[in-house]
Amino acid sequence: MTEQNELERLTQRNAAKRKLINNLFIFFCGFCTLIAIIPLGSILFEVVKNGYPAISWEFLTARPGAIGSAEGGIGPAIQGTLIIIALTTLLGVPFGVVSGIYLAEFGDSKFAKTVRIVNDMLTEFPSIVIGIFAYYIVTIVLIGSFSAFGGAFALAIIMLPVVARTTEESLRLVPNGLRESAAALGIRKWRYTWSVVISAARRGMVNGIMLSVARITGETAPLIMTILGSQWFFSSFFGPIDALPLRIWRLSLLPYEYARIQGWGAALVLITIVLTLNIIVKYVTRSKVRT
Amino acid sequence: MNADKIFKQFSSVMAFSAIGIMILIVFVLVTQSAPVWQEFGLDFAFGSDWNPVEGRESYGVRPYIYGTLITSFLALLLAVPISIGIAIFLSELAPPIIREPLSFIVELLAAVPSVIYGLWGLFIFRFYIRDYIEEPVINSLGDTIPIFSGIPFGLDLFTAGIILAVMIIPTISSVAREVIYAVPATQKEAAYALGATRWEMMRTSVFNYAKSGLFGACVLGLGRAVGETMAVTMVIGNTIGAQALPESLFQPGQSMASIIANEFNEADPGSLHPSALIGVGLILFFFALIIQLFSLYLRERSLKVGEVLD
Repeated sequence: MTEQNELERLTQRNAAKRKLINNLFIFFCGFCTLIAIIPLGSILFEVVKNGYPAISWEFLTARPGAIGSAEGGIGPAIQGTLIIIALTTLLGVPFGVVSGIYLAEFGDSKFAKTVRIVNDMLTEFPSIVIGIFAYYIVTIVLIGSFSAFGGAFALAIIMLPVVARTTEESLRLVPNGLRESAAALGIRKWRYTWSVVISAARRGMVNGIMLSVARITGETAPLIMTILGSQWFFSSFFGPIDALPLRIWRLSLLPYEYARIQGWGAALVLITIVLTLNIIVKYVTRSKVRT
Repeated sequence: MNADKIFKQFSSVMAFSAIGIMILIVFVLVTQSAPVWQEFGLDFAFGSDWNPVEGRESYGVRPYIYGTLITSFLALLLAVPISIGIAIFLSELAPPIIREPLSFIVELLAAVPSVIYGLWGLFIFRFYIRDYIEEPVINSLGDTIPIFSGIPFGLDLFTAGIILAVMIIPTISSVAREVIYAVPATQKEAAYALGATRWEMMRTSVFNYAKSGLFGACVLGLGRAVGETMAVTMVIGNTIGAQALPESLFQPGQSMASIIANEFNEADPGSLHPSALIGVGLILFFFALIIQLFSLYLRERSLKVGEVLD
């Protein structure tokens, strides 16, 4: 009788210990999630708090004043970012989409496997190295000057694999029955891929493109050696041009109080664009899942 | 049938563009950095002098290689336990209602542009690090442990490592989540059926099963950290040459990516300086390539193990 009591006591003690460890584990995992959210909260808070006072119509539209004077704004940077995004999209999306179509529709070969691996590698590649590459190809060889094209070329290389992957994923979600019924009607593959498969997968593809735009909008490193930055509004595709992330960096290097305020203001504009794109994509994909 | 052939040919040519770009990148990096290799040979990779002044030119990348490796591994050390904790919390523990919003918030961490991390690090975070971590640590341990010695400044290897950790958390945790999802439910149920607690289930079923996949996720995070440029450039302190040889964590340094970002526009095209910076890019490329191939191998292996066990 006493032996059994002893045993029961031991088991209970053991159970209590296991329970404690388990609770500690659950607490640890929750704590980790909390820890990761704090920096995001702090960044958003500081960007809004410090950036908001800088925002005015003049700040958003005027060109920068002389260095050291607190006048002017980030007009050329906003304009430049929009121009570069447009150029990059024109350059990167066709390559990305068609690569994605190839991978989804003819993607069982060894070649396609290699393309997938190289795309994955390109996605994770140090963007500054891509900047060096674009510098040599566009700034030195093709155009001979810092230019919007150089920046767009570099950013398109970053965009391409992202678009290729999301396109492939969305096309793979299209049921094979659709392809087969189109083929059974005697429609050629290129024709039904275009008008049946792609139109069924359009939403996912557009989402992927928007995500890739969000990603390149904040990209800074490759712009240093390709567009250089500028104090002036856009005048030519073949001369230096400004961009928001680059302007933020340059402002952060200046030892003036006004530069700090303008830097935060520019950061607020940039983060608003990037987060808005992300939230739209999230909202659209969610409502798709629901219906 | 002809049009379909053209369609296939055309799309395969477009798909080849990624491979073509990769080959061209290697070609450009090798040919454009050739002058500096010819001049200094392997001393370029292992030396620690850095002097772009005409007539006294001398280039060595070793301090920057150390800078990159130290900040990246510090980031990994901090980010791995936190990311795996997040992955487990979001895939197994969190109540379903908060799961979706929480994972979106963690994903947003990856969406914040790197230059904004840099701005935040430079003007905000730096002072917290300086006052609440560096000062007490240096005062209490600085005399006995050399890597904790120095002057509290806030713009140094340590701050760069912590910011990198924040930046790679979403990468590691999202891949780790996928890996944990891929563990068959029967594995987990078997552990629960034997009376395991959640922790015991994780330890016996999930960790054992997903080991190499989780390791692959961490290596992927390492790859991110190694290539990250702007945020590091803004907080690492930017010393050059032998001064950047790290002796302490609380010492301004320089990484491979940040030296390129800092000096590329100032390099005189007539000197060896641009070639040296492109050479740094080649070494960085080499590191990134090895890390990525390793990560790919680990994740592939983890998936294959999964198929066999299924």
